[in-house]
Amino acid sequence: MRLHEYQAKQVFADAGIPTPEGRVAGTPEEAREIAEEIGGEVAVKAQVHVGGRGKAGGIKLASTPDEAYTVADEILGMEIKGKLTEEVLVEEAVDIDDELYVGVTLDRGEGEAVAMVSSRGGVNIEEVAEEYPEAIAKEHVDPAYDLLGYQNRRVVYGAGVDREVARDVSGVLDTLYTLWSGSDADDAEINPLVVTGDGDVVAADAVFNIDDSALYRQPELAEMEEEAFDDPFEAKASDKGFDYVRLSGDVGIIGNGAGLVMTTLDLVDHYGGSPANFLDIGGGAKADRVRDALSLVFEDDNVEAVVFNIFGGITRCDEVAEGINEALEEFDELPKPLVVRLTGTNEEEGRKLLTSKVEVEQSLEGAVQRTVELAGGDS
Amino acid sequence: MQEYGTDVVAGVTPGKGGEEVLGVPVYDTVEEAVEMEDANASVVFVPPAFASDAVMESLDADLDLCVAITEGIPKHDMIRVNRRLQEVDTRLVGPNCPGVITPGEAKVGIMSGDIFDSGEVGLVSRSGTLTYQLVDSLGSRGIGQSSVIGIGGDPIIGTDFIDALRAFEDDPETEVITLVGEIGGSDEEQAAEWIEEHASKPVVGFVAGRTAPPGKRMGHAGAIVSGGGTGTAESKMTALKDAGVEVAETPMEVAEKVEDLV
Repeated sequence: MRLHEYQAKQVFADAGIPTPEGRVAGTPEEAREIAEEIGGEVAVKAQVHVGGRGKAGGIKLASTPDEAYTVADEILGMEIKGKLTEEVLVEEAVDIDDELYVGVTLDRGEGEAVAMVSSRGGVNIEEVAEEYPEAIAKEHVDPAYDLLGYQNRRVVYGAGVDREVARDVSGVLDTLYTLWSGSDADDAEINPLVVTGDGDVVAADAVFNIDDSALYRQPELAEMEEEAFDDPFEAKASDKGFDYVRLSGDVGIIGNGAGLVMTTLDLVDHYGGSPANFLDIGGGAKADRVRDALSLVFEDDNVEAVVFNIFGGITRCDEVAEGINEALEEFDELPKPLVVRLTGTNEEEGRKLLTSKVEVEQSLEGAVQRTVELAGGDS
Repeated sequence: MQEYGTDVVAGVTPGKGGEEVLGVPVYDTVEEAVEMEDANASVVFVPPAFASDAVMESLDADLDLCVAITEGIPKHDMIRVNRRLQEVDTRLVGPNCPGVITPGEAKVGIMSGDIFDSGEVGLVSRSGTLTYQLVDSLGSRGIGQSSVIGIGGDPIIGTDFIDALRAFEDDPETEVITLVGEIGGSDEEQAAEWIEEHASKPVVGFVAGRTAPPGKRMGHAGAIVSGGGTGTAESKMTALKDAGVEVAETPMEVAEKVEDLV
C-alpha cells in the first residue's frame, strides 16, 4: 500500500520529522482557507501516485489565498499520467538552500534493509544511482542489530552532507529507520529533504509504502488504505479481496494464479490485443467469487470482451464450471462476450457443464486469440 | 503427498500432539517429530501470521529441507528468516510456492501430481499455475520433467534461481533446464550471469509480465516493476538472451524450443 504524500507526512511529523505546515483540500475553497491559515506563500500539490508530478503541472506555488484558490482549481480534476487528481496538499512553501535524499528501503536481493543518503536530492534517486553512483552512500542493515549509530554516521558523512546539518540529517535517518522497521514498511523516503536558508532540515516530500501482507498488524496505517487508492475499480477489487490492476486496453482478463494471469496479459498483447486489467481470482473459484470478478470486469466501460482462464490443479474444473454457470444465471444475455478456457483436473467434465452463454476454448493461445478477435482489436 | 508416494512420517500441530491423521502420528513440535520419526523435511501450510515461526522451528530442528507453501508472509518476518538461513544448513523452498516434485517418485508440496510426467526437463519457476501451464504445454509434445521446483512469488525467498540451476546442473536425470521468471527484482539477471559462467546444460527461458505497468504489484508480492523501471521483463529477457538462453514468448514456444533440445 502506498500512502499519499499528505498521509506519509502526517506519519513522519508525528514521529518528529520536521515537515511543512499544511493540510489536504478537496475543493478550491478549502485550498484558499488553508492558505489563509498558513499565511504567506504556499505550495499546492496534486495527491496522485505518479512520479514527475511537478513537470506535469501538478505542483504550483501561490503567494496569496486567492491565487491558492486559482491554482487548486486548475490542479483538481487534472489527469496526471492517467490518474485523476481528487485532492491537493496545500502547505507552506519551503525556502530551499540545498536538497538531499534520505531513505530506507528493502534490498530484496539481499533480503535486508538498506539505508541511503545522497547529496543529490530532489531528482529521481534511481537516475542518480545510474549517473552518479558515488553521490549515494548506502549501508545494509543486519536485522539482528538494526541500524547502528556508526552506520548512520557513515552514510551521512559518506554522502558529503554539510557538517552544519549532519546531526539533523542523522536524526531524520534514525527516525525513518525506526518507522520503517516498526511499521512493516517497504520504503520510507524523503526526497527532497530540504536544507533551508536558516540551516534547518524539512521533509518537502514523503514516501511511505507499507507491505500489503502486514496490514493486518498495522491497523492505523490500514485505515488510511481506502483513501490511498486512486482508481475506483482497484478500490472495489481490494474490497473483494482480488489482486487487480487496471490498465487501459479493452480485453478483460480473469484467471487463477499471478504468473498465469500475467502470461495471459502478455499473450493478449502478443496477439495484437490490449489488456484492460489483471485480475487474479486466487485459489478455488466458488460462484460468488466468479460473480464478483465478472461483474467488476463487465462494469469497466473500456472492456469489449473477456477471457476467463483457469488452470485447475487442486481446484477442480467441474467445480469452476458450476461456479461460472451459477454466476451467469442472473444474466439473460451477457453484457460482453466471454471466452472460457478450463484445463487441468476434471477438465472434460467442466467443459461439458458450461452454459452455452460462453464460448469455450481448449488451449490458452486459442482462448486469447478468440477474445482479442471478439474485442475487435481496435482499442 | 502420501498418495503420490511421499513418505509422510509425522504431522505437527501445537496442541494436537498424540492424535493420528490418516495413520500418521501428530506431534506438538517439529523437534519431537524429528526425534521420534526421523523426519528430514517439512512442508509449512501455516497461516501467514504464524508461518515464519513455523519455518524458524524447522530451521532450528536442522531439517534438510523446508518447503513453505504459505502466501502472504510479511516481508519483515522473512527478513528475519533470511538472516537465520545464513546460520543453518537447511534448504528453504518458498514461501508462496507450490513445492517440489520429482514426477513418479515423490512430491513435497501441493501441486496436483497427475499433470506431471517423468522426463528430462528440469523446470524452475516463480509461479504456481504458470508452472502447470508450462508442464501442460510440454506434455502436449510428450515432454516430461526430471524435477520441478516452485521457488515462489515472494520478494524474499529461500532457494533462488541460482540454487535451483546448480541443483539441476548436478542432477544426472536433467538434460534441459527451463527457467520461468517474472517481473520484479533482479533474480533472473543474476541467474543469467550464473548461466553464462557455469551452465553446461541448455536453458530455455520464459518471463511473465511484459505488459505490466511500473509501480503496480501484479498479484505476487514480488512481481512489481519499480517506479524507476528496474525489474522489467525486457531487462530479464535481454540478460537471459545475452547469456545464451533460448527465450520464448509464449508457453507453447517454450515447449517447441525444449523439444528441439531434448
